[in-house]
Amino acid sequence: MSEAAQVPTAPRAALPASWLRRAGFIALGLYTLYAFSTLEITFDRFVRGLDQGAKFLARMWPPNVEPSKLALLSQGMIESIQIAVLATFVGVLLSLPLGLLAARNLVPAAVSWTARGIIALCRSFHPVIVAILFVKAVGFGALAGILALIVASMGFVSKLFAEAIEEMNLKQVEAVRATGATFWGVLFIGVLPQVIARFVGFAAYQLDSNLRNSTMVGIVGGGGIGATLFTAYQRFDYDFVLTILIVIIAVIMVSEIASAWLRRVFQ
Amino acid sequence: MSTPSIRREWQRFTLAEQLGRYAVYLFTVVAVVWAARYVEIIPEFLADAPAQTLDLFRRMWPFDWGHYAKSVHGALIETFHIATLGTLLAILMAVPVALLAARNITASRPLNLLATLILVSSRSVNSLVWALLFVAVFGPGALAGVLAIAFRSIGFVGKLLAEAIEEARPGPIEALTATGAPFASVITKGYWPEVEPSFWGIALFRWDINIRESAVLGLVGAGGIGVALDAALNNLYWDQVGLILAVIFVVVIATEIVSTAIRKRIL
Amino acid sequence: MTSAADSPDARGALVLSKLSKAYVAGKPVITDIDLAFSARGITAIIGPSGTGKSTLIRCINGLVTPTSGEILFKGARLTGLTGQALRAARRRIGMVHQEYNLVERLSVMENVLSGRLGYVPAWRAWLRKFPQSDIDRAFELLDAIGLADFATRRADQLSGGQRQRVGIARALVQEPELLLADEPTSSLDPKTSVEIVELIGRLAGARDIPVIINIHNVELARRFATRIIGMAQGRVVFDGRAADLRDRHLAEIYGGESWIE
Repeated sequence: MSEAAQVPTAPRAALPASWLRRAGFIALGLYTLYAFSTLEITFDRFVRGLDQGAKFLARMWPPNVEPSKLALLSQGMIESIQIAVLATFVGVLLSLPLGLLAARNLVPAAVSWTARGIIALCRSFHPVIVAILFVKAVGFGALAGILALIVASMGFVSKLFAEAIEEMNLKQVEAVRATGATFWGVLFIGVLPQVIARFVGFAAYQLDSNLRNSTMVGIVGGGGIGATLFTAYQRFDYDFVLTILIVIIAVIMVSEIASAWLRRVFQ
Repeated sequence: MSTPSIRREWQRFTLAEQLGRYAVYLFTVVAVVWAARYVEIIPEFLADAPAQTLDLFRRMWPFDWGHYAKSVHGALIETFHIATLGTLLAILMAVPVALLAARNITASRPLNLLATLILVSSRSVNSLVWALLFVAVFGPGALAGVLAIAFRSIGFVGKLLAEAIEEARPGPIEALTATGAPFASVITKGYWPEVEPSFWGIALFRWDINIRESAVLGLVGAGGIGVALDAALNNLYWDQVGLILAVIFVVVIATEIVSTAIRKRIL
Repeated sequence: MTSAADSPDARGALVLSKLSKAYVAGKPVITDIDLAFSARGITAIIGPSGTGKSTLIRCINGLVTPTSGEILFKGARLTGLTGQALRAARRRIGMVHQEYNLVERLSVMENVLSGRLGYVPAWRAWLRKFPQSDIDRAFELLDAIGLADFATRRADQLSGGQRQRVGIARALVQEPELLLADEPTSSLDPKTSVEIVELIGRLAGARDIPVIINIHNVELARRFATRIIGMAQGRVVFDGRAADLRDRHLAEIYGGESWIE
């Protein structure tokens, strides 16, 4: 090919710009400016806040480790763990049937849609909101927290469980069905072995999640260390607040490691 | 998992693994029994719980539709802004931390650990607790809410982003390095194109969750629809509470549908 | 064999002296390699898998750091370079990879241009503001490899052979003084393999760039290479013209030895 034949009449496009992307970014930028102005977030407020923040941090440090406070802390933490354990246990237990009923390849459409509706309801509301409602219904304390987290657990674990069932290998189920097994037989021999491992994974994750959430439901009256934290906060005991936060972070880190180990053991 | 692999599975479990699994079962049983025994629940309240909960729901219906235009709509918009701005801010802050945490980008173990610590701490503290802290520093209002959402989300976004970076195929990276490209170019031209779909997916996923989280921040004064909810709850205007819950439900479902649809298109 | 440094072609060429690499201490993958490469022609390195061919090639552009030994390129030391100096050295050496190693989500043009990343400041690369001369070079190469119409297509829409051609263009857009090819045809079918090796030979030859190519297909080596180096168990056991490669040499290289890494 001669050079002359190669010279195009118009320059060839090398790196065409994507106007959609550019428009998207510009829109995002404009939105950000607009939203900041609506929320009355001015630079002035921010700067004043930084000063406040420095004072705030100074009051938090060093963390308060008085024995009486630590006793309160451990009481609250233990209650949070209890809430998390019970909520996960009951919630996961209830998620088994709920997830099965929501799997479109196992049950008729009417049933699965109802189950999915229930799951959606459980998931849509922040555990804190659910906790408030239960506090109003059954009073302050751990019970409200446990019930709230049961709802949260059901919302999460059932959905993933249903998806795992829908993704499973149908050939195995059919093979079991072909032997003439009853519904329960198919369930236990055909379905469950395939999905149990993943189910345990979800349960471990939910335990971790409930532990995090249990530290928070106390703020609205659901018991546990959230209550301790909130009380300290309202009393301006910021150094105790820091202690509590450090303990929460430590407990959750341990829980994450344990949860990861748990999932590996059950692979 | 077909039947042959179950046979393989049984061979796979070493004695250590079997012991591990039994230990877990045992521990679970012990934990649940301990929690159930020692948690402070008044049995009468537990028995009364279903009736009380139903009573609560009865009082919420019919919703106070008129209340929407008055206070709920504005608060809803504010919640949306808090969630979106918070997510954007979180992404901005999470990217450098994720780069530090990704072991294939940052070779220094201490830096990896530091970044991981930041991410874990961010995740371990609930957005509600973050909101408490920021309200103490910046005063009540949307600014505290945005920062609370942002600081909570850094851990989530950063962790998933770091995982996506670590999963990038090493081949193209090596090829770019071999051309003599500076490290910054290897990141922008080698890692970024591969990580980009995950990046948007993570951002959308977190935004979806943040809509839910932003709704409750108002309960501690950090702006948004939680403020309206708090007011209604304190005044025991259950029909308003019902309305607000219904609105939250609709928004959460709508956001999830939009976010899932976009994520499906990206991936 | 005469010492590498005495070879009349040593000036303006690549010289490997007593090059060794052991990934695990005590188990060297290549041992005491002494080789000199002239500034033109195609050299094929053949040998069974795991015999260190890939390691050898990667020592040249520093993707692997040798345990001992030295590499001189046109008189300058390549071994022991870091940072800016290493990048400057790498710019002058193009590489074609076994698995093509294109950035799949980028277009063909962007992949070819990424060969110029060693010459273009990072901010320009990020904004895709490559100098027009780079873009012209890229188009010229796309024409040469026959993929001019694919410039704006995403790399993952191409077949294996097409991707490797883009890989060749990317290596050549660097305007290198040496071209390395690490098993460029292992993932390709026989017909495409021939096309690729032929393309490498023709384009590099037109630009007067020496080529060192790792290949396990002996016929291709014989057909296209002017010099063949046979390796077995991390050492050079044959070094000569393609025409001089006899069956007994092949037996020494391939036959009877263990094929594990």
